[in-house]
Amino acid sequence: MSIVSKLPARAGIGFKPAHFRDILAAPQPLGFFEVHAENYMGAGGPPHAQLGALRERYALSVHGVGLSIGSMEPLDRDHLMRLKMLCERYAPASFSEHLAWSSHNDVYLNDLLPLPYTQLTLARVAEHIDEVQTALGRQMLLENPSTYIRFSESTMAEVDFLTELSKRTGCGLLLDINNVFVSAKNHGTQPLTYLQSFPFDQVKEIHLGGHDEEVDDVGAPLLIDTHGSPIADAVWTLYSHVVARAGARPTLIEWDNDVPDWPTLLAEAATAQDILSDASRASAA
Amino acid sequence: MPAPFETSFADALLDANRPIPCGITAHNATVPARRFAVYRNNVAVGLVKALRSRFPAVEKIVGEEFFAAMARVFVTERPPRSPLLANYGDDFPAFCAAFEPARELPYLADVARLEAARTRAYHAADASPVGAERFATLDSHAIGDIRVIMHPSTGIVRSPYPIVTIWAMNSGEQKLAHVENWRGEDALVSRPYLEVEVRALPPAGAAFLLALTAGWPLGKAAEAALADDPNFDLTGNLAGLIGSGLVRDIVHPEPKKYWQS
Repeated sequence: MSIVSKLPARAGIGFKPAHFRDILAAPQPLGFFEVHAENYMGAGGPPHAQLGALRERYALSVHGVGLSIGSMEPLDRDHLMRLKMLCERYAPASFSEHLAWSSHNDVYLNDLLPLPYTQLTLARVAEHIDEVQTALGRQMLLENPSTYIRFSESTMAEVDFLTELSKRTGCGLLLDINNVFVSAKNHGTQPLTYLQSFPFDQVKEIHLGGHDEEVDDVGAPLLIDTHGSPIADAVWTLYSHVVARAGARPTLIEWDNDVPDWPTLLAEAATAQDILSDASRASAA
Repeated sequence: MPAPFETSFADALLDANRPIPCGITAHNATVPARRFAVYRNNVAVGLVKALRSRFPAVEKIVGEEFFAAMARVFVTERPPRSPLLANYGDDFPAFCAAFEPARELPYLADVARLEAARTRAYHAADASPVGAERFATLDSHAIGDIRVIMHPSTGIVRSPYPIVTIWAMNSGEQKLAHVENWRGEDALVSRPYLEVEVRALPPAGAAFLLALTAGWPLGKAAEAALADDPNFDLTGNLAGLIGSGLVRDIVHPEPKKYWQS
């Protein structure tokens, strides 16, 4: 594991091809762009042409959604090799994936699915992270999930599970604050309690995104991690709290569905950047 | 070491008739069916969305509601085997052909084939086409023996239906209207630079290109095309091929050694 994750501690935006012209038209006040790894695994064509142009101008974060690190089955070696080729081609400042599984019995389920937190799953996920970091020759970041259910067999809290994974493997953590909020509300707990024990030292990136609201089995609100709307006020408040406590960290605006125009995304990034700049000024003072 | 939680979870995700897996719980419900339904919905909606983005003309032809229902059946029967969703639905055209409720639209599967070829061309390897001057300098005696290496993005879809016209009308390329000249069209799908191009091939153009793609020398490919349709126009097809940037390279036959003569 030679390459350490090192995105600039500024605001960044998840890249969507619809914004390509706007982005290249002028220098953007952003620290980095993030892309989903699986969208750049074809042989050629416009995806690579665009990613190449972005990489020439900005720091890049490659974010995988299909490696199924949280599965108890072996990792897909072919997919791991595709990730390795992508990282070698674009030399991103950071590579990240999720504490979740998405493949089972050779079927790709196309969702970030939850796992029980036990000593057994902990050992297995740690093996997978080791395998990824060894194959890629770099540190990876692991993202906390948003969840809608729990497993009765779980014996560990999610924060303890992530903390232990980071200790055992040396991986960094990607703290998705919207996921913290969504999961806490869905499980009747407090997001601040979750954040209180989160190992901020290991946080190398923060994600901010929007969520929707539905209702659960007893008619209570159920929050859905949709990345299809503005970041909620409550999530901004939590973000300010995290930045004040942990200091400025690379922060991504994620908006994957009903993608808005470029100025709308830039405005979200500017809000995050203001909070980051305030924290930097406060720590310098 | 497949864990029980994964197997029962995955099985219940893909089959809505199964009960939700054991061991799943919530702080306010012991059998949180609606919560589990969020995962079921994410999986189905996400995969249907992947098909919608790959087959927009098929969706336009059958309508959103019909497409969603058809795609749901496909997703359940043939979920993806790879996280590369750009390739998901390579067998969707065959599924369309066999899908009983779509029987009244016999051309639907071929339009789907054309759209599948478009995504393959979009993601194909990049290569610089050779210019017309490479052909101008060829020795006219040897021209029948050269092999033409086609651009990696080249795809050919043959059909007894006017699929290029139907596709163009349902993808905003052409105004939706009654198809006056209802006859078979062979589609050439390619991406010599960054834009995917779709055009109808002239008579026997598909037979000619398929022979070239198979590695036949130019002379033999022209013979095959003439056998397919006596109206085949070699000069016109060759000019079209070069002009649209579909020739990646020209390979000359190995000069014969003295002991082979």
